[in-house]
Amino acid sequence: MEKLRKVSGKVAALDRMNVDTDQIIPKQFLKRIERTGFGEFLFFDWKYNDDGTLNEDFELNLPRYADACILLSRENFGSGSSREHAPWAIREAGFRVILAPSFADIFYNNCFKNSILPIVISKDRTDELFRLVWENEGYSLDVDLVKRSVTGEGINFLFEIDDFKRKVLLEGLDDISQTLELKDSIGKYEKLFMNEREWVLPDEGKSL
Amino acid sequence: MAGKTLFDKIWESHLVHEEEGKPSLLYIDLHLVHEVTSPQAFEGLRITGREVRRPDLTFATMDHNVPTTDRSGPISDPISAKQIEALRQNCKDFGITLFGIRINSQSQGIVHVIGPELGLTKPGMTIVCGDSHTSTHGAFGALAFGIGTSEVEHVLATQCLRQNRPKVFEIRVDGERQYGVTAKDIILGIIGHIGTAGATGTVVEYRGEAIEALSMEERMTVCNMSIEGGARAGMIAPDQKTFEYVKDRRYAPKNSNYEKALEHWKTLHTDPDAVFDKSLTLDARKIAPQVSWGTNPGMVTDVTSKVPDPNECEEAGKRKSMEQALEYMGLKANTPITDIHVDRVFIGSCTNSRMEDLLAVAEMVKGRKVADGVSAMVVPGSQLVKKKAEEMELHRIFTEAGFEWRESGCSMCLGMNPDILAPGERCASTSNRNFEGRQGKGGRTHLVSPIMAAAAALEGHFVDVRGWEIGKGV
Repeated sequence: MEKLRKVSGKVAALDRMNVDTDQIIPKQFLKRIERTGFGEFLFFDWKYNDDGTLNEDFELNLPRYADACILLSRENFGSGSSREHAPWAIREAGFRVILAPSFADIFYNNCFKNSILPIVISKDRTDELFRLVWENEGYSLDVDLVKRSVTGEGINFLFEIDDFKRKVLLEGLDDISQTLELKDSIGKYEKLFMNEREWVLPDEGKSL
Repeated sequence: MAGKTLFDKIWESHLVHEEEGKPSLLYIDLHLVHEVTSPQAFEGLRITGREVRRPDLTFATMDHNVPTTDRSGPISDPISAKQIEALRQNCKDFGITLFGIRINSQSQGIVHVIGPELGLTKPGMTIVCGDSHTSTHGAFGALAFGIGTSEVEHVLATQCLRQNRPKVFEIRVDGERQYGVTAKDIILGIIGHIGTAGATGTVVEYRGEAIEALSMEERMTVCNMSIEGGARAGMIAPDQKTFEYVKDRRYAPKNSNYEKALEHWKTLHTDPDAVFDKSLTLDARKIAPQVSWGTNPGMVTDVTSKVPDPNECEEAGKRKSMEQALEYMGLKANTPITDIHVDRVFIGSCTNSRMEDLLAVAEMVKGRKVADGVSAMVVPGSQLVKKKAEEMELHRIFTEAGFEWRESGCSMCLGMNPDILAPGERCASTSNRNFEGRQGKGGRTHLVSPIMAAAAALEGHFVDVRGWEIGKGV
């Protein structure tokens, strides 16, 4: 996985609560068997009118947010379906950091598998950031994961993040390789489980 | 030392490795796989030359994408066909049992319907699937939760997952529910109360008289929608009903193994002195049939109520999302719920597509007709449900009443197959999500119980089923 240490750039503001993964990447795009090719479909149903033209009322279509790499939104971002296509689409569309007062659990975890940093910020700070982004065209932030800091014109704060999750992003760790290093422990557990919990194994009764 | 919760007991017995400052490594007893969230995971295994560690603990089905009409010919959508073919090939290459639309098709169905039905789902297990409604399996006193595709790959390769210990949230529902109030109304009532993020970061244990009184299928409906309240998982302690449900199923433990299992399963309950991180108590007697009016499952109200007025909401952010929801739904504030007319009715999904759901609907629609202008369909959760329903002639009752009777799959719950709403169409749906565009771009979803959906199909608008003498004609 690509490392993430510092992200600097424009902030795009999506002023909605409960942005769900069905909106982030609508179901008609989940049929691909590849891990790529989702970016252009990010927020598809909001982004385009029925006739395929750009929906000018959708805030992320505003020219001022072109090339933004930080996304600002409201409570419960990423709720709903477990589809990892959602972070894939976000990442491919150029976003590396998401700021919101809260995230849905599965989406939050999926971000760390895809070199995206979700940062939980207080509700007051969220309001303040929305104001700054709305009032200052081209508003940018510097996000430093090493220092756990967010800095910009008129704002400067530290954020909290689980140490291990931070390390995963900083070092771009592949967690499968890490777990495979523990394969002896897994084998030991399985032996125990075979003895004590044989009933766990799916048993069609054919061996009887 | 304080006692343990049901969650604690399952969590602790599945710990493979713990290390300071790292998430715990948890063993996974059952991994369920479907066509949409798995192809990239199998591709990852191929690229890195890894094997599936426990193909014997991994089972796959095709449900999200499959057509619910005649399946004897090829699938018309070439991209769907490719995804379905990819799963078939992946299962073949990695030695995984598949319940597909050509292979073992007699047991194909929605992943969360077939797991319990085949006896794969058992108390005390850890169960994962690349699908957020995996929480369904918690109805058996299992720890079951949805994961992303990277985690699917992780489980395929290691049979383990790295997880931080969640908090445990006790939701008690006391008292006896009213006639006409179903498990669906209980869970919608809970979500309406706590909101869509009310249980974020927690595993919910549902308890209390009204929960214990539920059948296994009703418990599945409750646990299924845990994720809609933000919880990763929901669980209910196993009891005699659970043990009997599991016994003699295809993959259930046999003979002395069953006895041994039973001994363990009987220990799976929260100790009297255990402490929860959070608790909530609701009164079942006060829960009315529920109808969602907005664009998330927390936007729900009693059938006797009205569409809420955003102007009465003091919190600006919430007010805005209410306004957005009403605009999308084409609803005016203060409209009585029973004045809302529907164009479509969908009975199905991993929430409500099992035998008891179909029986309740059949009893309601027998000898009656779907209202003019309403198009209604019943999509059984699995081929086994379909077969049983047909043996009982339920399909005749449905079709004579004007419902379409389909093949099993996720269907219009998320509309990945051709079953979708047209823009502006309004649907009474027994599914689990009323998000914008969920059932088709511009489609308007109202979440309800199966009998509420059936009544809406017959009357053309929402009605309070408590006023109905079900099965006796109106």
